[in-house]
Amino acid sequence: MDFLSILNTAAGEILSPTTAAFALATIGLNIHFGYSGLLNFGQAGFMAIGAYAFAIFTMMVDPTATLGWPSWLSFIAAILVAIVAAVIFALILGIPTLRLRGDYLAIVTIAAAEIIRFTVRTQDLTAVTGGSQGLRGQDYKGDIDAMNPLTGTTYGFGPWTATAYDTWVRIIAWSLVIVALILVWLLMRSPWGRVIKGIREDEDAVRSLGKNVYGYKMQALVLGGTMGALAGVMFILPRAVQPDNFATTMTFYIWTALLLGGAATVLGPLLGSILFWVLLSFTGGLINLLHGLGIFGAMTGSQAGQLRFVLVGLALMALVVFRPQGILGNKKELSFNV
Amino acid sequence: MSDTTTTPRTHPLVDGEVGPGCKKVDPIVVADGVVRQFGGLTAVDVAHVEIPRGHITALIGPNGAGKTTFFNLLTGFDRPNQGQWSFEGSSLARVPSHKVARKGMVRTFQLTKSLGRLTVLQNMLLGARDQRGEGLFAALLKPLWKAQEAANVERADQLLARFKLDAKREDYAASLSGGQRKLLEMARALMSEPTLVMLDEPMAGVNPALTQSLLDHVKGLKDDGMTVLFVEHDMHMVRHISDWVIVMAEGKVVAEGPPETIMQDQAVVDAYLGAHHDTDLGTLTNQQVAQIHEEADAERDAELEADGIEAGDEPAATPEPEAPAAEAAPEQRPEEEQR
Ligand SMILES: Nc1ncnc2c1ncn2[C@@H]1O[C@H](COP(=O)(O)OP(=O)(O)OP(=O)(O)O)[C@@H](O)[C@H]1O
Ligand SMILES: [Mg+2]
Repeated sequence: MDFLSILNTAAGEILSPTTAAFALATIGLNIHFGYSGLLNFGQAGFMAIGAYAFAIFTMMVDPTATLGWPSWLSFIAAILVAIVAAVIFALILGIPTLRLRGDYLAIVTIAAAEIIRFTVRTQDLTAVTGGSQGLRGQDYKGDIDAMNPLTGTTYGFGPWTATAYDTWVRIIAWSLVIVALILVWLLMRSPWGRVIKGIREDEDAVRSLGKNVYGYKMQALVLGGTMGALAGVMFILPRAVQPDNFATTMTFYIWTALLLGGAATVLGPLLGSILFWVLLSFTGGLINLLHGLGIFGAMTGSQAGQLRFVLVGLALMALVVFRPQGILGNKKELSFNV
Repeated sequence: MSDTTTTPRTHPLVDGEVGPGCKKVDPIVVADGVVRQFGGLTAVDVAHVEIPRGHITALIGPNGAGKTTFFNLLTGFDRPNQGQWSFEGSSLARVPSHKVARKGMVRTFQLTKSLGRLTVLQNMLLGARDQRGEGLFAALLKPLWKAQEAANVERADQLLARFKLDAKREDYAASLSGGQRKLLEMARALMSEPTLVMLDEPMAGVNPALTQSLLDHVKGLKDDGMTVLFVEHDMHMVRHISDWVIVMAEGKVVAEGPPETIMQDQAVVDAYLGAHHDTDLGTLTNQQVAQIHEEADAERDAELEADGIEAGDEPAATPEPEAPAAEAAPEQRPEEEQR
């Protein structure tokens, strides 16, 4: 592996469907934390809910085969199932916690996300969820493949070359990201967004002005969670469903991307997600290269591979010290002791 | 001196005889048996109180008297152990705070709650009620709420100008000074066009020049038909704008009366000076009252002699020590409060 191919791979991350999925999840978390001040430490749980609901519905119900639905209708139906599942999950999390102080939501979401992961991993559910093995991609990709209008073999150029299927997934995933960004932009310039931001600052003050704070927090939780679930669907379209992909690490990647780009900005989550994946890929490649040159001595390749997280950690520390508001964040907002 | 008070026995606002918990001719709020305990401490224990409609009522009392807690209970920010109260005839007990506000009973907080990372104008706009754009779906379609928003902005600008905050319109609320935040909070409450506005120490930390104009503004609210209930330690302000004064001490309403005479009420003097704080002021016999007064007078005379003329900011050497001593106590509080 040479340096150029490292750059190439890193650049490829800019448009990868995984980056799109992360951007979507981060946009959702931005609605939670950035705008409403909700501490959701279980965004990976929402992704898992979306991914499993989509995949299981497609496999078990499979309306294309059983009901003769056109594949686009089956796909939309599966997406709707994922959304409904996320809404229910959000309600279950929100109803008991949103009346309490913010920390409770944090504890409950982090636990709930892990509960989801352990549940889908259990052996007893192997017939449905695939247990710890997860689900094979080919079992749920039929509809989306059938919908694909692209017929060629590869599309794009340079680092952004992809197969017809991958390109199709990219188009869907990035379209969703754009829709989500427009949605956030529209909402946050509206009186609804003003109430949400007010709640982030001081919910009692907003309550004293006659707004149903609980209802607004619930709406924000559901909305951001739904985006998380859609992110989960986009995340599994290019790969298989692996329960351990939805571990807490995922949640913290999403948080990192959010803080990197700048919370409470419309484009921050997008920029943060892209940068995060490009950096992760770049440092990974670099360390691999250096390891090949024998720089890390007796370390094995996978040990050295972990070093990139050290580098990411350092980069994060630097960010917190030099630009705590994130890349797009407003410095002025942070300079207050509120 | 054994005649207890110079408070008149009747008053145009009062239906019947003046006294703690007296009936009003036209009450907007009626509270009964409201009790709030924190562990062993009974913070509020109001047997009966009525707030007259269309007037400015001051709620005074020493630190820790339970004024803020009573505000919290009335506005749904805290739950009482027991009690009932109504606002404009409908019961408000155990109604959530945002619904209380929607009914037209809007409050401000003693510890100011400005929304730091929103601009002053956004703070104001949040106060406007029934906004179409506050619904999740309507929010997406600007034409649905554009006109209403423009009208709200106009009203907000008028209020900001009145509160001398127009220059700060686009600044983050967090960049305001403490006094400016008090003003913003009050202006924001008025954005919701309340029927009853409840202000918890609105003037704490506001400079005297502005206080004067704000007092006039509060009086103006009354002319617009609003009812005002405010907590205040500054007796000048209380005397200047209030039509009625309710005094709380240790959770109970211990006295009521017009501002001109309330400070001569012996229960008020006792509340502030802390004399006989172990006696239940609600159930005193006349004889006990007389006795307490004699003791209090004796104590006060002794104190006055001891401190020379420091006891009051009016000359204490007047042959009638009652007034200065009574007024001195509450007036010394604000300095303490405002730090
Ligand atoms: N959340 C609480 N927990 C425990 N005790 C409380 C709580 N809130 C108030 N108290 C107590 O209740 C009593 C009344 O407090 P409150 O804040 O109502 O007084 P206040 O009349 O507003 O006084 P101030 O003039 O100093 O603002 C005090 O003794 C206080 O210590
Ligand atoms: Mg208080």
